[in-house]
Amino acid sequence: MATPSSSLAVPPADAPRADAPVTGTSLGKDAVKRLRKNRLAVFGFVVVCIVVAASLVGPWIIERATGYTYDYIPTDPSLVNAQPPFTAPDGSFSWMHPMGTDDAGRDILARVLLGGRISLMVGVISTFVSLIIGITVGATAGYVGGKVDEAIMRGVDVLYSIPYMMVVIVLLAFFGGRSAIGQLVLLFIALGAVSWLTMARIVRGQVMSLKSQEFILAARATGVPASRIILRHLVPNTLGPVIVYATLTIPSVMLLESFLSFLGLGVQAPLASWGSLAADGIQNIAVFPWQLICPGLTMAITLFSLNFLGDGLRDALDPQMRKG
Amino acid sequence: MAPLLSVRELRTWFAEDALTAKAVDGVSFDLARGETLGIVGESGSGKSVTTLSIMRLIPQPPGRIVSGEIVFDGQDLRALPAEAMRRIRGKRIAMIFQDPMTSLNPFMRVSQQLMEVTRLHLGLSKAEAYEHAVQMLETVGIPDARNRVDGYPHEFSGGMRQRVMIAMALSCKPELLIADEPTTALDVTIQAQILELITNLKRDTGTSVILITHDLGVVAGMTDRIMVMYAGRVFETAPTAELFARPSNPYTVGLLASVPDPTDDAHAELYQIPGLPPDVARLPPGCPFAPRCARAERICREQSPPLIQLTPQHQSLCHFAQELYDAAGTPTAATGDEGAR
Repeated sequence: MATPSSSLAVPPADAPRADAPVTGTSLGKDAVKRLRKNRLAVFGFVVVCIVVAASLVGPWIIERATGYTYDYIPTDPSLVNAQPPFTAPDGSFSWMHPMGTDDAGRDILARVLLGGRISLMVGVISTFVSLIIGITVGATAGYVGGKVDEAIMRGVDVLYSIPYMMVVIVLLAFFGGRSAIGQLVLLFIALGAVSWLTMARIVRGQVMSLKSQEFILAARATGVPASRIILRHLVPNTLGPVIVYATLTIPSVMLLESFLSFLGLGVQAPLASWGSLAADGIQNIAVFPWQLICPGLTMAITLFSLNFLGDGLRDALDPQMRKG
Repeated sequence: MAPLLSVRELRTWFAEDALTAKAVDGVSFDLARGETLGIVGESGSGKSVTTLSIMRLIPQPPGRIVSGEIVFDGQDLRALPAEAMRRIRGKRIAMIFQDPMTSLNPFMRVSQQLMEVTRLHLGLSKAEAYEHAVQMLETVGIPDARNRVDGYPHEFSGGMRQRVMIAMALSCKPELLIADEPTTALDVTIQAQILELITNLKRDTGTSVILITHDLGVVAGMTDRIMVMYAGRVFETAPTAELFARPSNPYTVGLLASVPDPTDDAHAELYQIPGLPPDVARLPPGCPFAPRCARAERICREQSPPLIQLTPQHQSLCHFAQELYDAAGTPTAATGDEGAR
């Protein structure tokens, strides 16, 4: 409990119900406790943390260790004309290049880590975009109800029936290709825009069941305006399922992104993502299979871990859904 | 002086597939400033719907206030724009609900919830609202209020939460407090504390109170008048003492007989009104209570009972109201038959 000393100092006039501290000890702590019992989820969490940390600091460490960026631009300007320690893609793995090098002689580990930055960024930011759209639409539909709800949710149904991959491809083909960064931003928006539908449904369902609870009636009875009821009273209460679904949306968006990048519609050079690295690698698969295997395996492990973590979070945050 | 609240012929109906549930069907009453009115009745008798109609918090659809007037301090609340109504809620009319366990937002600190009201209606600054929240918690008797104000609702017990609800309701010094079964979900000892708290606060602030309950014991001690509801109608209204002394409606008589008497040594079986409350979507013609009424005669099943004015303060909705009134007044006399009309 947050303030054990103060709440124990004065015995309340009536004894607290025996189960109050159990449901109480804050949802967060309770969830963490349950999450820690789930080995797969802990494993997923650890792996995700390692991948994120490696993507963030890895390229920097490599630069420091070798004196060159991953594509052999020396960090020391006086060395610009020096001969870089070029390593042909000969499959000779070494401590210098634990994942080997690609056909331009670049270290694949460094490329994978940099690609991880982009892939994770796409996953997180697109999910965030989908969260904002989904929560806004879902909470509005659920709270207002009636005809507005009907109209919004039928709209969502219509959007569901459109093959979203096609929408994304058309969007990217139409507006993309101007600059690498522009393409990336477009990717965030496009992926976010197609993955908010389920989020909206989840939030709407939550809001509808919360709406009939007494504390919402109490808030209305104290004259709290509708917008504030939605933002301060309803949305925070939907966070459990929303966090769970968001954790599961990140890997699915990352998968979409690599799929698009693999097709050449996603991230563009000089930026790289796991998908575009795999696309590069597949051209040399017969000779240098590790060029595909290394980014592919990294992505697979990360996605698995994210899914384990998401499942674990669902079990932890939503005890009713647990079996037995 | 004009009453603070005057409800006239209020009808709130709910559309239920093809049927219409007349949850409130022609309710009229007045409430003077500083007065406490108890509304008593079984579940589904329209007590809560009446008060929610006053607050304009009936879920629409399916609910709808079909007709009637709700005049609060000279304003017809039904005609008010939604925004103006919102400003009255919580500021001039406040409400306490039945279940304190679910009436507080589990994700918000108690201080935030208390501050929300005063910042909204009184325009207090954050610091002022915080001080106000602490004061209100002290007023409602929460020990160590300053330390507990930042706690979450789950750190409070049921009785404490109901105190918080009361603090919230009284934050803006409302003119009318509607307490919808404020003690039903609480232990008996806590019930007494909460009722005493409401009584004291009411005495200090002069607030009018509407107290909804299905427990006659609760209303007996603290109301000025009691209104008995059944099937969406007012069956009897009388000053508290008179209602207990001279109940003039068979339903009221039945309710009073159903209260356990602890001094009864014979352990006689507790009286209960036979049958179940009617479905307000499928009311029989005539008096809605007739199928369960021992006193019922043919006229009860055929004609709606009239509202009989027994004294200026005492009304009863029954064909035999006068007869019952007279009989109750002279307990030794044989059952009079002259009063029936």
